[in-house]
Amino acid sequence: MNLFSLVWNYLKAKPLNTVLNIFLLALGIAVINILLLFNKQLEQKITENAKGIDLVVGAKGSPLQLILCNIFHIDFPTGNIRLYEAERLARHRLVKKAIPLALGDSYQNFRIIGTNQDYTRLYEAELAQGDWWKNDLDVVIGATVAEATGIKTGDTFSSAHGLSNEGHAHDNALYVVKGILKKKGNVVDNLLFTNIGSVWKVHEAHEEGEGHPHTDSITDPSPLVPSVARGDSTREITSLLIQYRNPIAAIQLPRLINSQTNMQAASPAFETARLFSILGVGVDVLMGFAYVLIFISALSIFIALYNSLKERQYDLAIMRSMGASRGKLFVAVVMEGAALTVIGSVFGILLGHAVLYAFTQLVAESQKAGVTALVFYSEEAVIVGGSIVLGLFCSWIPAAQAYRTDIHKVLAA
Amino acid sequence: MYVCDPSVNGKIVNRTNPFLFSLRPPYFQSFHTGYMIKVTGLSYSYQTGHSIAFRDFEVNKGEHWLLLGESGSGKTTLLHLLGGLLKSQQGKIEVNQTDITRLSESSLDHFRGKHYGFIFQKNHLIAALTVKKNLLMAPFLAGLQQNEDRVHSVLSQLGLENKLNAKISELSYGQAQRVAIARAVLNQPALILADEPTSALDDKSCDRVTALLLEVASQNNATLVIATHDQRLKSKIKNQIAL
Repeated sequence: MNLFSLVWNYLKAKPLNTVLNIFLLALGIAVINILLLFNKQLEQKITENAKGIDLVVGAKGSPLQLILCNIFHIDFPTGNIRLYEAERLARHRLVKKAIPLALGDSYQNFRIIGTNQDYTRLYEAELAQGDWWKNDLDVVIGATVAEATGIKTGDTFSSAHGLSNEGHAHDNALYVVKGILKKKGNVVDNLLFTNIGSVWKVHEAHEEGEGHPHTDSITDPSPLVPSVARGDSTREITSLLIQYRNPIAAIQLPRLINSQTNMQAASPAFETARLFSILGVGVDVLMGFAYVLIFISALSIFIALYNSLKERQYDLAIMRSMGASRGKLFVAVVMEGAALTVIGSVFGILLGHAVLYAFTQLVAESQKAGVTALVFYSEEAVIVGGSIVLGLFCSWIPAAQAYRTDIHKVLAA
Repeated sequence: MYVCDPSVNGKIVNRTNPFLFSLRPPYFQSFHTGYMIKVTGLSYSYQTGHSIAFRDFEVNKGEHWLLLGESGSGKTTLLHLLGGLLKSQQGKIEVNQTDITRLSESSLDHFRGKHYGFIFQKNHLIAALTVKKNLLMAPFLAGLQQNEDRVHSVLSQLGLENKLNAKISELSYGQAQRVAIARAVLNQPALILADEPTSALDDKSCDRVTALLLEVASQNNATLVIATHDQRLKSKIKNQIAL
């Protein structure tokens, strides 16, 4: 015999009560845990994906849409901007680096983006096999894309217009897979990369006959898209990702772009903060609900212990008569409360992971967003630690009662 | 022993009672070395203001004694005082050469675990535990080594070897009482205190339980003190203290 065995047998003696208490607490903890996992991973992915990008410049429209589309690649473009306007901006003294993006097509729901290798360098993407894209219609694909679609280096495919399979198929120009990237756990995994020229080419071929001058004879190439001449007045791209040269740029550039050009500038940091504050209301409601559950479970554990102590006063007195000190009885009751809350919180954390796992299996978008149930955060240890405190809290009064047991009164009655 | 009911005549405590004499039969002295219990000048005041004084007495090692008295005569109070379950306010109780009235609460807990076995009218077994675990609670709480062989041998002594892993709820009343007796003797205590162990039993069970108590006490070399109002025991145990 020892205290653990005693406590365990007391818990086992009232299985329904014990299960109810554990389950109540587990539910509350599970909700908190799911929110924690979700929030944490989203925040992580967002900061990771927006890393090194200070400003996104695109066509006028919703700034949030601009960010969602050009950084996280989960929304549609706001429109196009003129290449020459983008070029002018890229040369601005406050701009350290500007990366052009041309969006529009997809392959099996994965977005094809026309850009240069500054983009993959920004995300520190590395090749797992094959080569980088060099010529028009060369494609390098992200790891998740390769897994999901099964295409390999050397394969060819035609893209679909828009972000879904239902889009018009560009059957006339076939992309060739040149390389596959290593898994990075960020947005790069879900993308197919080509040069901007390819995106134009696919759409030009579609809009038959409206050919542009051939690219071989260019003497003054565009700094953004070397295959066309500087200042080309007809070409358009979707957006420009900008890195500031210094902090002054953060003040001056957005205002300059928004007021003096017909483009708009949006800051990823600001827009994602805004997004989180919108989502935050829902998160707060769920959190509140979870805390109510935890409070009820604590109350339930307290009542269960309090009532069982009345039934157990003879047990307590007899244990004292057999040599148990007051302290030992106190510890036994506290351990019983703590055992309930610790089991409840561990069960709750596992439940949280299980629910999130089921969710990621059922909802494909969550996998695309990089949410996984198979990570554990240090905060979860804090939850378990907190549950011990909760156990102490709700067993304190019953334990004090056990401590005060008057052996003589109980046994003489 | 002088007992006074203060509801009748207020405060009393006559420690100079001329009839005070040693309850120890002189012929026992030659067989035993020293006393197990020695009570000197003991009195207790209830919270209600009632006061009760007990005559001095000694109980030798290995003896069996009855503490006889009607309900309310103070025999449970005396038994609890002897067992250290109740702190006395005045007087001296020496058990095995230790004055238990001077022990701190925690040393008293410890002393109880090591030297006493208690048997109560109700068996007070812990329903959440099996028979075996109930018995092992005794050495665990006393801070002694938990010896499963000892559990087996005590249970078989009492004819309960097949109830080792039974739940308390599966036992009959008589079986439960025997388990309680087994628990009291498991640590081989020097002193077994029993409070009304037979008053709820019919004659036949009373005989059996008394015989059993005397037997296990002798087998374990324990001194046995039974507090009871049960007149049936009078003929069975010769040493008696009347309250």
